[in-house]
Amino acid sequence: MALDSKIPQGPLADKWTKHKNEINLVNPANKRLIDIIVVGTGLAGGSAAATLAELGYNVKAFCFQDSPRRAHSIAAQGGINAAKNYQGDGDSTYRLFYDTVKGGDYRSREANVYRLAEVSANIIDQCVAQGVPFARDYGGLLDNRSFGGVLVSRTFYAKGQTGQQLLLGAYSAMNRQIGRGKIKMYNRHEMLDVVVVDGKARGIIARNLVTGEIERHSAHAVVLGTGGYGNVFFLSTNAMGSNVTAAWKAHKRGAYFANPCYTQIHPTCIPVSGDHQSKLTLMSESLRNDGRIWVPKHIKDVEAIRNKTLKPTQIAEEDRDYYLERRYPAFGNLVPRDVASRAAKERCDAGYGVNATGEAVYLDFAAAIMRYGKEQAHIKGLNENDDSVVKNLGKEVVKAKYGNLFQMYEKIVDENPYETPMMIYPAVHYTMGGIWVDYNLQTTVPGLYAIGEANFSDHGANRLGASALMQGLADGYFVLPYTIGDYLSNDIRTGPISTDTKEFEEAENKVKSELEHLINNKGTKPVDYFHRRLGKIMWNKCGMARNEKGLKEAIKEIAELRAEFWKDVRVPGTANEFNEELAKAGRVADFLELGELFAKDALEREESAGGHFREEHQTEEGEAKRRKEFQFVSAWEYKGEPKDAVLHKEDLKYENIEVKERSYK
Amino acid sequence: MNLTLKIWRQKNASDKGKMVDYQISDVSPDMSFLEMLDVLNDQIITKGEEPVAFDHDCREGICGMCSLYINGEAHGPDRGVTTCQLHMRKFKDGDTIYIEPFRAKAFPVIKDLVVDRSAFDRIQHAGGFISVNTSGNTQDANAIPIAKEAADTAMDAATCIGCGACVATCKNSSAMLFVGAKVSQYALLPQGQVEATDRVLNMVKQMDEEGFGNCTNTGACEVECPKGISLENIARMNSEYLKASLKG
Amino acid sequence: MSGIFNSSIGRKFAMALSALFLMFFLLQHFAINILSVFSPDAFNEASHFMGTFWAVQYILQPILIFGVIFHFVMGFILELKNNKARQISYAKNNGSANSSWMSRNMIWSGLAILAFMVLHFIDFWIPEMNTKYVLGDMSGMHNGEFRYFHELVEKFHSPIRVGAYVIAFVFLALHLLHGFSSAFQSIGANNKYTKSLQGFAKIYAIGIPLGFIFIALYHHLTGH
Repeated sequence: MALDSKIPQGPLADKWTKHKNEINLVNPANKRLIDIIVVGTGLAGGSAAATLAELGYNVKAFCFQDSPRRAHSIAAQGGINAAKNYQGDGDSTYRLFYDTVKGGDYRSREANVYRLAEVSANIIDQCVAQGVPFARDYGGLLDNRSFGGVLVSRTFYAKGQTGQQLLLGAYSAMNRQIGRGKIKMYNRHEMLDVVVVDGKARGIIARNLVTGEIERHSAHAVVLGTGGYGNVFFLSTNAMGSNVTAAWKAHKRGAYFANPCYTQIHPTCIPVSGDHQSKLTLMSESLRNDGRIWVPKHIKDVEAIRNKTLKPTQIAEEDRDYYLERRYPAFGNLVPRDVASRAAKERCDAGYGVNATGEAVYLDFAAAIMRYGKEQAHIKGLNENDDSVVKNLGKEVVKAKYGNLFQMYEKIVDENPYETPMMIYPAVHYTMGGIWVDYNLQTTVPGLYAIGEANFSDHGANRLGASALMQGLADGYFVLPYTIGDYLSNDIRTGPISTDTKEFEEAENKVKSELEHLINNKGTKPVDYFHRRLGKIMWNKCGMARNEKGLKEAIKEIAELRAEFWKDVRVPGTANEFNEELAKAGRVADFLELGELFAKDALEREESAGGHFREEHQTEEGEAKRRKEFQFVSAWEYKGEPKDAVLHKEDLKYENIEVKERSYK
Repeated sequence: MNLTLKIWRQKNASDKGKMVDYQISDVSPDMSFLEMLDVLNDQIITKGEEPVAFDHDCREGICGMCSLYINGEAHGPDRGVTTCQLHMRKFKDGDTIYIEPFRAKAFPVIKDLVVDRSAFDRIQHAGGFISVNTSGNTQDANAIPIAKEAADTAMDAATCIGCGACVATCKNSSAMLFVGAKVSQYALLPQGQVEATDRVLNMVKQMDEEGFGNCTNTGACEVECPKGISLENIARMNSEYLKASLKG
Repeated sequence: MSGIFNSSIGRKFAMALSALFLMFFLLQHFAINILSVFSPDAFNEASHFMGTFWAVQYILQPILIFGVIFHFVMGFILELKNNKARQISYAKNNGSANSSWMSRNMIWSGLAILAFMVLHFIDFWIPEMNTKYVLGDMSGMHNGEFRYFHELVEKFHSPIRVGAYVIAFVFLALHLLHGFSSAFQSIGANNKYTKSLQGFAKIYAIGIPLGFIFIALYHHLTGH
C-alpha cells in the first residue's frame, strides 16, 4: 500500500483552514448515532474524548489507571509552548513552526507542524477558560519562560506542574461529559486488541484489570491516545505502566509504525543509584535556564571525587570544564535535548563522569545563586560584597523559582542541591516515533486514529521542550474532533456495530489464548527479569549512540530474549482476577517485539538525525550528520516477526523552510 | 538492612483479609519504599507465591496512584512526599513496618493494598469543572487579568493529586480536603464564578452520598497531604457552601 | 436552604454555631461567678437579676438548654456517622504524628463535660428550679439576706466535689483548645483575621476554665 499523507493543497498558512472548510461534517442529530472509542486519557486522549462528547458523539473512554486523571501527561513539569507573542519578542506562528521543524532536525512533516503552531494559541485560551491556573505576573497577565532550542519566551507554565494542570483541565472537561452521560468511562481497563471488520476499525478487546474479564467494545471509530514506548528501555522517566501494547496491537492489525528509533534522551535526570532502580526521575529543562553544566577538567580530580577525597565545591573555576558553554557558545546550556545529552555522554565516555558509576555530570547553581543574590542585595541596599548575605538572598530567589524541583532532588538523592551541585545524567524520556498517521491523524487502518505521543508526526527526530503538551492538546482539542468527522460522515446510516461477529470472536479468542499461555507457562523467572534485560540491551546498543555492529547484535539478542521469555516467564495467579504480573507480562511481550523493530529501524537509518545518532555518521566535531537521501519517514508494515517488517517511505518535502545544517554554536 | 514487614493481604473485595509477616534482607537505604516492595515481590514470585498487589504508576509523586498506610501514617513517616518518594533511609535496620491499605468505607479494598478510589471521580463528575466547550474562538487568555495572589492560591489548591491520603488519615475518613481544594481552585478564579453555587452544592451532596465522614478539623489531612494542601481550602468550601445554601 | 442541616457541612455549621453560643454563655457565667470572689453583694445582685428577670428566665434559659442539648446530641450523631465511615480500623495508627490529642478526643472531653453538667444541675439548677417554680419562692432571700452566695460557698466545702469540678474544667479546657478555633474553621472563616484570633482562642480556652477552678478553690480554701 502506498502511503498517502493527504496533505491539502495550497499555501502552507492556508492549508488547515481550507481543509476544515472542505471536509465532510456530520450533522448534530446524526452524531448521536455514532460511537467512538478513545483509548488513553492523557492530554491527547482526554481532550479528544471530552471534545468529541461535546460535539455530540457517544464516547467510550478507556484507561488502565484507576482514574483518567493519572495518565502520565500529569508528570510533565516545565511548560507548554504557544505562539501568543505576549512578550512582544518577535514570536509568530511561523517562528514556532520553524523552531519545531529545525529542532526536529528536519524529519517532521511540514504541514502538520504548521497546523500545530497555528492552533497553539487556541490551546492557551481554552485552558484558561477551563480554569487552569497558569502562572501570572503582578499585572495579572500570563507569564512566560524560555526553553531549549529557541530564542523567544513562549512557554506558559503552572509552577513545575504544567502537565498536571493541563491534564486536570482535560479531566474536568471529561468529567462534565461523564456527568452528562456522553462519555462512558472505563477505568482499570487495558486495551488488548483492535477489531477490524471489513477493513475498518470497529472496536477493541479490553481486559477489566479488576475482574480479569475480557470485554468486547464496538464503535464506528477507534482513537488511540496511548502515549509513547520509552519503557522499552525499562529505565525511563515514563510511568511504570506506560506501555506500547495498544499501539503495537494496532500495528499488528495493519497500522504502520513510523520511525521507532527516534527516542528522546533527556539530559537532566537523576542518575541511576543501583540495581534495584525501577524508574528515573526527570529534573525539568527549566533548570538549564540558570544551572551550569560541568565536569572536572582533570582526570585526577575526577578520581578524587569518586574516592570522596574531594568535594566538587573545592574544584577551582579554572579546573572545571563547562563543556556546553565551550562547545555551543550561542545557546550554551540551553542547547536542545539531544545535543545536551550526547555532550554529557561524550564527557562520561571519556572518563570524566563524577559519580561511582562514572555516569553523571554536575548541574551547578552556585553562579546563579551569587548572581541573583547580588541583584537582591543591590535592590535591598545591602552589602553586595558580603558573600554570606548574597548567598542567602540568592538561595531564596532560586528557591522561589525551582524550590519544588530542589526538594524532589534532595528527597531522592539525600544531598542538598543549594550547597553542592546536583548530579544529573541523560535518561529516556519521550518517543518521537509512533504509529504512522496522515494529515487527518488517521492510521493506515481506516477508522483507526492515533493522537499525541502515540503518533509520529510533529517532532521529527527530536522534540523541543514544552512541545509535547502542545501537541497532545492540539491533536485532542482542535484537530482530531474535526478530521474524524470526514470519515464518520460515511457512517451515519451504519447503525450500532454488533460485537457478535466472527471478527470480535477471533480477536477475543486470540487475546484469551495469549493470556492463558502466559499463566500456564509456569517458568522460573518473574516478568521484570526479562524487562530489565531488554532494557540493558536497548540502552547499551540502541541508546544515545548507535552503530551497525551493536544494532545487529541487539536484533539478535532481543529475538533470543523474546524466545526465552515465552519459554521461561513465570506469571503467578490466574487470568480471572486482579493480576498485575499478568498485565505486566503482556506489556513486556509487546516491548520484546517492538524493541527488535526499533533496532532494525535504527540499523536501516544510515544517518544521524536528532535523537538518532549513528556513530558512523558524524561530523569531525562529533555532531550529528544528516543525509539527504534519508529525508523520509520510515513506516513499517507488520508481517509476522519484527525482522520481516516491510519498510514504506514517505518522502518529506520542505517547501517553506530551508533545510540547513542544524547548528546551535 | 533487614526488616520485618507486616502487610495486609486480602485476595479480593469479598475476602476477609489479614496481616501477614514477611522478612526482607539486604535492603539498600537508597531504595524507594516501592522498590523495596518490588524486591519483596520478586522473592515471593520466585518462591511460587502470589505477590503483594499495590497501586503505583509514575513513581515521582505526581500521579496520585500510590497509597499505603505505613506505620500508622498515610504515605509513611516522611512529610511532603508520596509513598513512591519515600526512601528506605527513613527506616532503621531491624525495624518492623506495618503496611496497610488506605482505609475508608468509601474506598473499598480491591486486593491486598489496592483500593477503589472512584468515589473521588464521582465527586468530580458532580461539579468539578467549568462548563466551557472546546472551540477555536474562546476569548483571549489575557482578556481577564487575574491578580497574581488569587492565581497562585488557586494553583496551590489545584496541586492536589487525588491520592486520598487525606481520607486515609482523617479519623473520620472525611474527604473535605480533597473536595475543598477543587471548590477553592474554581472559587478563586473569575472563570469559576458563574457555576459556583451549583458546583459546591452538587459536589458536597455527592461527597456525602459516597459515605465519607464529617470534618472535625483535626488538621491531620493537611499534615499528611503530600502536596501540603492547606486547611484554608476546607474553610473556603464551608463558606462557599453556606453562601450557596442561602442563595439556592 | 432546604436540606442544609442534612449535609455534612450544614451539620458542622450548626455544631459550630451552638458552640459559639455556648462559649459566649460560658463567658457570661464566668463574669458573674468571679464577682463572688471580689464582692458577695455584687454576686448576689447579679444572680438575683439573672434568676428572676423574665427575658433571661423565659427566653434565654430555654435557648440555652436547647443549645446544650443540641450540641450534645449533634456531637453524638456526628461521632456515630464518622465511626461508620471507616469500618475496618488500622492495625497501627499513629494519630499523634499529625494531630493533637484534643482534636482527636472531642467526644471524650465532651462526655466528661456532660457528666460534670449532670452534677452541676443536681447541685445548682434543680434546687434553684425547685425553690423558684415548685415552691414559688421568687424572693431569692434566705434568713433575711440573699441566699446565692451562701449556697455557692456551701457547695465548695466538700473536697470531693471541688476535685470533680477541677477535673471537669481541665476537660473543658481540652475541649475548648480544639473547639474554639475549630468553630471558626467550620463556619468558613480561616483567614488572616481568624488566624490572629488563635492567640485569643488559647487564652480563652485555658483562662476561663482556670478561672472557674480558681473560684472553686478560692471558696473551698476561704469558705466558712
